[in-house]
Amino acid sequence: MAEMKDIVLQYVINEYLEDEDEVLSYDSPLISGGIVDSFSMVSLKRFLENKYKISIPDDKATPEAFDTVNKICALVNEYIK
Amino acid sequence: MSNIGSYEERIKNFSWEIAEKELDYKKGDIINIGWHCTDRICQMGKANKTALIWEGHAGEEKRYTFDEIRKATNTIGHFLRGLGVKNEDRVCLFMDKIPELYLGFLGVLKIGAIAQPLFSAFGDESLFVRLDSAKTKAIITQRKHVGKVRKLLERMPSLEHIIIVDHDGLKPLKEREIAFDLEKAEMIDKFEIYPTTAESPSVLHFTSGTTGLPKGVKHVHYSIMSQYLTAKWVLDIQDSDIYWCTADPGWVTGTSYGIIGAWSNGATQCVLDAGFSAEAWYKFIEKNKVSMWYSAPTAIRSLMKAGSDLVKQFDLSSLRHLASVGEPLNAEAVIWSEKVFGKPFYDTYWQTETGSMMLTNYPGMKIKPGSMGKPFPGITAAVLDEKTFEPITEPNKPGLIGFRPGWPSMMRTYWNAEETYKKKFANGWYLPGDKSTIDKDGYYWFVGRDDDVINTAGHLVSPFEVESALLEHPAVAESAVVSKPDEVNMEVVKAFVTLKPGFEPGDDLELEIMNFIRKKLSPLAMPQEIEYLDKLPKTRSGKIMRRMLRAQEWGQDIGDTSTLDDD
Repeated sequence: MAEMKDIVLQYVINEYLEDEDEVLSYDSPLISGGIVDSFSMVSLKRFLENKYKISIPDDKATPEAFDTVNKICALVNEYIK
Repeated sequence: MSNIGSYEERIKNFSWEIAEKELDYKKGDIINIGWHCTDRICQMGKANKTALIWEGHAGEEKRYTFDEIRKATNTIGHFLRGLGVKNEDRVCLFMDKIPELYLGFLGVLKIGAIAQPLFSAFGDESLFVRLDSAKTKAIITQRKHVGKVRKLLERMPSLEHIIIVDHDGLKPLKEREIAFDLEKAEMIDKFEIYPTTAESPSVLHFTSGTTGLPKGVKHVHYSIMSQYLTAKWVLDIQDSDIYWCTADPGWVTGTSYGIIGAWSNGATQCVLDAGFSAEAWYKFIEKNKVSMWYSAPTAIRSLMKAGSDLVKQFDLSSLRHLASVGEPLNAEAVIWSEKVFGKPFYDTYWQTETGSMMLTNYPGMKIKPGSMGKPFPGITAAVLDEKTFEPITEPNKPGLIGFRPGWPSMMRTYWNAEETYKKKFANGWYLPGDKSTIDKDGYYWFVGRDDDVINTAGHLVSPFEVESALLEHPAVAESAVVSKPDEVNMEVVKAFVTLKPGFEPGDDLELEIMNFIRKKLSPLAMPQEIEYLDKLPKTRSGKIMRRMLRAQEWGQDIGDTSTLDDD
């Protein structure tokens, strides 16, 4: 789980964070904080699906479920066999 | 009693002089949107009324009275003038929905310069083509977005000033950069506003077409007549209202109704600068007692998706009137809204080029869910035959929407593209590029676009722009971009690509290409799906048959394929 959190956090920092001085934690608000918008969420979901060989149903990929790295990892873990 | 009263009576007795009189304007007078939205409201005795309630994503809040926004916009204008920014210079506003965006917009207008708002999620290439087209002199931005501006400096010699509103001093400023902190600046009480007149240019919003680069839509200060009166009659803004326009001022709704329409009516408006979440939105309405809410179908459908039970957890009884804009509001959303909020969303139809609402549903008028409503008083509208451009009189027969030119907020031209502007007219009608029917009661019903432009969540995306950007990815040999249906956003971008030798199709490459477009253009333009093909369908003359691919996505008949090159 800890490794997954670091991977997801690093991916978010590399791909979505515009302000290089901003520090993100596992609990930083990504969607409500305006770092990842609803369109970009599609690419984040795709990353998770590719990386962990899972399929996240669209109705589970909500802004709330994607709002922090912790929440994302909890969601991913539900679908990892 | 609604502001419009009887729609039928308004139609009979309408003249734009109604707006001119209410805004104390006479032909030939000085007219400045910045002044009308701030100084004039103060002179009407509302200096201490709250103009803006702003909330950030972490819950921080700022409030401004009309007198405070008057002084703040003076201060921004004064600062820009000190940098040498003059009337008709283009000043880009490239920020999230922070107070400086709203106040900066009016500050730019107060010195007679042209405000060029751009969506802060634009990637560096999208930003470049728009700044380059306008030969923008200054850009006002935030630290988090300045990296995208820095990438353009070599290609943008005309960009003289990069103004950063939240510079914290931790890192040195770079070439052409200057810090401006509104909260620390000395407020300017007395300020000489530039004497703009009715036809002085005011705002340059960019919009996308099927072909070519995005076009700058030029508006003038006289547009306030339309924006003021439509906000008053359609949004029914009243003195006691707390108004929330959810649109970003990077797009036209966010300026026409998120700034001009609201403040020219002296309304208290609130802004939430945070990503979408149904819970956060309801909480915001409850906390601020929002009474007039102007939103978009994509947001409404997202709220529907979050469920009706969530609504019950909040006290939303302050809501008095709701309206929608962006893309057609489906009947289900109107019915859902009536069920959960006790009132429907009133759909409004207009676009960047029209500058204000054209077809709308009015307070007091019977709503037909799914219909765009009827023309605003003073707007002559029709559905036109696609060949003759003559009005179709038969009910329910589809044709092109047409408007007779002449309303105050109509665009005056496309920036440096007069020929493209002229092509928007036929037989004396302005053609917005959409198709509609009119029923026997005079209600307009959206049918679809007349071109390949993709309307995703109410924003237009040019397939040409995405296709061109795709070709810059090292793996992509050819590309074709079309819309595909989407439950929430109405349409999303889908790309078909062929790959260069040495590249293999796969999920990781698909994600890489998606992110490439997202960063280069914008999240809106990012294909939500990429399909690999061995070859794209083309005519014998080599033109990609986008129409066929689109029909395939929408489950429609692919039509005539006789010109298809089937080698």
